[in-house]
Amino acid sequence: MASLGELERAVMDLLWAGQEAATANTLRDLLAQSTHPQDGTAGHVGKDLAVTTVLTVLSRLERKGLVERERGTRPHRYQAVSSRADHTAELMHEVLGSAPDREAVLARFIGSVTDNEAETLRKLLGRN
Amino acid sequence: MFWTSYFLAVLAIALAWPVPILLSRAQWPARSPFTAMLLWQAIALAGGLSMIGAMLVYGLEPVGDNLMSGLRALAGMVFNNAPTTDLGFWHIFALSTAALLTAHLVFTLLLTYYKIQRQRRRHRELLDLLASPSSDGPRTMVLNVDSPVAYCLPGGARSVTVLSDGLMAALEPDELRAVLIHENAHLSQRHHLLLWAFAAWRQALPWLPTTRLAQESVNSLIEMLADDVALKTESKATLIKAIAIVASGSPATPAARLAFGEPGMSDADPSQPGATGGAGSAGTTASRVSRLLSPRPPLSEPLRAAVLACCALLLAVPTALLLVPGLLG
Repeated sequence: MASLGELERAVMDLLWAGQEAATANTLRDLLAQSTHPQDGTAGHVGKDLAVTTVLTVLSRLERKGLVERERGTRPHRYQAVSSRADHTAELMHEVLGSAPDREAVLARFIGSVTDNEAETLRKLLGRN
Repeated sequence: MFWTSYFLAVLAIALAWPVPILLSRAQWPARSPFTAMLLWQAIALAGGLSMIGAMLVYGLEPVGDNLMSGLRALAGMVFNNAPTTDLGFWHIFALSTAALLTAHLVFTLLLTYYKIQRQRRRHRELLDLLASPSSDGPRTMVLNVDSPVAYCLPGGARSVTVLSDGLMAALEPDELRAVLIHENAHLSQRHHLLLWAFAAWRQALPWLPTTRLAQESVNSLIEMLADDVALKTESKATLIKAIAIVASGSPATPAARLAFGEPGMSDADPSQPGATGGAGSAGTTASRVSRLLSPRPPLSEPLRAAVLACCALLLAVPTALLLVPGLLG
């Protein structure tokens, strides 16, 4: 049985890959068919998954602001709030930001570099 | 008691302006980053203590011979409605400022902590969905990004080091190891606590030159400390090459920073080095590399002892001035 974290990841992967909103039932069926990325065994996260578990995962993701529910339809249909690329960009924005209050969130190997500095370092490497 | 407040005021001004400027220009911190880090912490603590202490002592001067008796008299006025006629306008002004400043500092420290924790939690949630675990070590994740990026996200047992695909492609295994050791040093030496304290201090008093200089110096010193840990197992050439590759492939040129936009910085004066965002951190990479290329011996034992004695005095003198007369009297 996969952990909630793994399930959240698998559900987000399905929602990011899919074009349109999906119901919890659809997602459960897709999870049951999913294959393991490495060894190809079927249903590594979603075998014998209850729909209520999928709904729990979806409500956790909704609370985190990652999926939204279409109001008005029954059963509810869920879709990702932003694309995978947008979320990656959000992370990079935080990583590359240099506002004083943001610098304390994480420690980068290399901070911001000026053009001059990058030039000097490229020379040091013997590249141009 | 009167000269105490003047002495504390002079100390506060010295620690707010000339001392940090001299220290930020000095060359020796690169030779002994740990000692320099202690000195910055002593300057920050002693600066705050003497600033608040000076106002407190001045404001209480008419009602007590020392801080203790003054505070007792003040408590009487606040809680028992004792007459406040002894206190002039400037005394009440100084006392109110001291109280407000203390509350402001504590509040900003807590608020910054809360903001940092919230950002880290959100960042961690996204990482759990977007990044995959790495084979290079425990608590290491790989993010599908083309530019070479490495960073660590502190969070107690959930601390994680993040590497980008671009970084893994650009670096040789030994260079990658140097980067990982560097980032893990940040985590194991608890550098995030220093970053938090100095970020909060700068948020609380952004107009004070010392807060910006201190934050930039501390950011730079923790990188040197982490480099020193990496040098214990990896060669100097490996580390320099890793820094050069990551820095020259780094997308964060000034143009990129402008494109990303910095809400807090947009209205700042562009002529100030801090406003371009590059001065502190850009200087960091350059000084890290030059420190590795032409290493200078660490401070001699007597000099290091002298700096440590300065740290101790910086903390002891204002504390003693505030407390000892009351304990003796």
